[in-house]
Amino acid sequence: MTVGFILLAHQDLHRAAQVAGSWAQNDKPVVIHVDARANDEDYADMQAELAQFSNIRFTERRACDWGKFSIVAATIDAAETLLRDFSDVSNVFLASGSCLPLRPVAELEDYLSRYPATDFIESVTTEEVTWTVGGLDLERFTLRFPFSWKKRRRVFDAYVRLQRRLGYSRRIPKGIEPHLGSQWWCLTKATLASILSDPKRPEYDRYFSKVWIPDEAYFQTLVRKHAVTIESRSLTLSRFDHQGKPHVYYDDHLQLLKRSDCFVARKIWPRADGLYRHFLLPDPKRKPGGEPNPRKIDKIFARASEQRTRGRAGLRMQSRFPTHDLWVLQKTCAPYSVFEGFADIFGNFENWLEKRTGTRVHGHLYHKSKVVYSGRAEVFNGCMSNSARLRDYNPEAFLENLIWNTQGEHQSFLFGPADQQRITRFLAADKNASIFVVTGAWAIPLFHSKLDFERVRRIAARYQSIEAAHVEALQSPRTRATYKVWNLAEFVEDPMPILQYVLDGLDPGAARKLTEVPKMADLTGFGKFVQKLKNEGMNPHSVGDFPLGDRPSGQSTATRPYIVR
Amino acid sequence: MGVLGTYRLRLERKRKRVRSLRKKRELSVVSDRTRQIAPDDVLLFCTLRNERVRLPFFLDYYRKMGIRHFLFVDNDSDDGSREYLCEQEDISVWHTSGSYKRAKFGVDWLNALQSRYGVGRWNLVVDVDEFFVFPFCDSRPIQALTDWLDASSTKSFGAMLIDMYPRGPLDEAQYHEGQNPFEVAEYFDSGNYTLSRNPTYGNLWIQGGARARAFFASEPRRAPALNKIPLVKWSRGNVYISSTHMLLPRGLNLVYDEWGGEKPSGALLHAKFMKTFREKSEEELVRKQHFANSHEYRAYSKGLKDSPSLWCRWSEKYINWRQLEILGLMSKGSWV
Repeated sequence: MTVGFILLAHQDLHRAAQVAGSWAQNDKPVVIHVDARANDEDYADMQAELAQFSNIRFTERRACDWGKFSIVAATIDAAETLLRDFSDVSNVFLASGSCLPLRPVAELEDYLSRYPATDFIESVTTEEVTWTVGGLDLERFTLRFPFSWKKRRRVFDAYVRLQRRLGYSRRIPKGIEPHLGSQWWCLTKATLASILSDPKRPEYDRYFSKVWIPDEAYFQTLVRKHAVTIESRSLTLSRFDHQGKPHVYYDDHLQLLKRSDCFVARKIWPRADGLYRHFLLPDPKRKPGGEPNPRKIDKIFARASEQRTRGRAGLRMQSRFPTHDLWVLQKTCAPYSVFEGFADIFGNFENWLEKRTGTRVHGHLYHKSKVVYSGRAEVFNGCMSNSARLRDYNPEAFLENLIWNTQGEHQSFLFGPADQQRITRFLAADKNASIFVVTGAWAIPLFHSKLDFERVRRIAARYQSIEAAHVEALQSPRTRATYKVWNLAEFVEDPMPILQYVLDGLDPGAARKLTEVPKMADLTGFGKFVQKLKNEGMNPHSVGDFPLGDRPSGQSTATRPYIVR
Repeated sequence: MGVLGTYRLRLERKRKRVRSLRKKRELSVVSDRTRQIAPDDVLLFCTLRNERVRLPFFLDYYRKMGIRHFLFVDNDSDDGSREYLCEQEDISVWHTSGSYKRAKFGVDWLNALQSRYGVGRWNLVVDVDEFFVFPFCDSRPIQALTDWLDASSTKSFGAMLIDMYPRGPLDEAQYHEGQNPFEVAEYFDSGNYTLSRNPTYGNLWIQGGARARAFFASEPRRAPALNKIPLVKWSRGNVYISSTHMLLPRGLNLVYDEWGGEKPSGALLHAKFMKTFREKSEEELVRKQHFANSHEYRAYSKGLKDSPSLWCRWSEKYINWRQLEILGLMSKGSWV
């Protein structure tokens, strides 16, 4: 068994020469086609370098255009030369000038001998194809493409649209069914000879000369007519990114390529000296490889495409700046909670919650004079400052950063009407936000304050209207955050289920029962305070229906035991 | 942006070009080796003044990266910088005693040189204290990046400025000639940057980092811009507008994805905050040759008196580009 190689080179001819030389040295015939557009001096150098090998042929140079039939024509020329001059070959391997063999030819031949009369060519019907960029698959075969996709994209697209609208369709020759697949194949001599000597070939060639990207269709289609057994996969490791541009391998991919056990890889970066040195020199310590397994490489490529097209959610940085609605919905990278009013009802609420749940609970991050981080730190993760001015310069970025910098640790913070309010819309629109509001709780510290009543009344009025605007913003139909609003009277009447609800949200798996709660502020006389506000002309409706007595109805005494249900 | 706005930008670009051609007359050639430049060389353009101590490591760093030719504008150094550069085989040097400020902080001079020597090649424009980092820069030369960008039909590459600083007071961080500056200044702020979009030029405006935290907490708006586009495949008619923060035509500023994806990007490690910095900022205050009436340098001068150290307990110690990527400061996009 002998494999013959066809090598299509366009540029970096010295690398193509290196690869061709290594095959020729192993007594494998190589037929080389060099793009007429390649540099003539380089071509002369290449010919001189390979002159020592009697089993290397060069075919007449054609100018190759991407996506045009010229590449197929060059392949056919080379195949005919190979079959004519080297009649002892049993299989023909099509490679490009930027391919690099990763395993010795002997291993390839060994592998092929285990699959007698089998053609390794990816050949998939147009309905099954998933990789085509631009959505053209069957239409490659039925439309006309006189304009260059690379140079005149607009005209190309417009002409495709026009043909679609007019319902134009070329006739596909009888006896063939369109198939697509990777350009790089390895066919048996019998199949290749049969394709080339098909009496209907002139008709096929005429037809394919107008098909778009025929190098991915010509052999892939005709092989279905002539092959005995088809293994629909390529022995060449060749992958494309989301733009349809081939992935390139560099020196640092050495281990990855070695472990892939693929026979040939493309494209190799022409300056990847390390790869060429490693794979072209015989390695005496080499152990024979197994079945080709590019899965690990594919996984890395898939992850990279994902990063390029979807990116890391909740990250805003120099090369990711989502401005369009669909992507703005997830503003932060992880869920977080906002507590409004709780700290007014319970002294030391944030410390209690932090200890209880083991998550991070900040004070008022949007406090007007200073950012109150957990533990009143002056700087926080990621070197975030506690300066209110720095924060207010871009309050949204402040929160995005905070959540990004603390990945893996749930963040909560306190919020209220005395805080900087500009963040409200951001919170409401962020699906990662869980917002728990007890309205009117701001009245408790006012009730305890020693300020004169006239001032208290004015502050209460201001807080109430700020809070009302905030809650209204949360209740907008466009809100994506999870939120829950209670008024103070409701909350005080039965705080346990509410706290339990909040805790469950913070710590879903734990299902911990609430056995003790933080100390509630003293509300003796609070009902009278509320009435007094009313008497002074301010209606504290956000507090809820707070009775004149010390406790809202239903809860008779402050000593009611907190029993867990 | 309407037709009128586009036309206005076009006029601005033309004006900048004419201006740079006029400013070119301020340059006199000292050492011209530009004939060595090959068609696919990546070129480095740089303006400097009295940076002799930093030069050996700087040149070494960029030669290893794959820079084949350096083009320097020397703004009247008197510490031997010019003589040192002239000795190097791969460097061309121009001299000027013109005003740095009136040459738009060096941009006019470099625009002129770039339109003469940079067209059709990848141009890297950096200061002597800026060290370019890009994905895989520890295992691939810069040509790997530029080849890939060419294949992706991308003409510009963004790299935000990251201010590096030492652990202790700046005055104690002594830098020695030839030394890697990031052995001295090895820390940076990882997560306090803010971004907004400049509607006129389409670029992002990035602020934050150690400088905003330590010097501009009371006036965040005046904190220095950290967005940079230092690597551009230069075409005739390109112009940098202010430093390397943005350029025209506007398309070159779109180094970011607006649909949620990440384009590839790098970083410029900024080795400014060391012992030399205080002397430099006092000198610059006297020279008044910097942006916004050297407001920045006044803030430094004041800030340094209050707190001589930029380090805090959350400061991140620099390891490599992968660390920067994990932290979300740069991205390899779909390049693997």
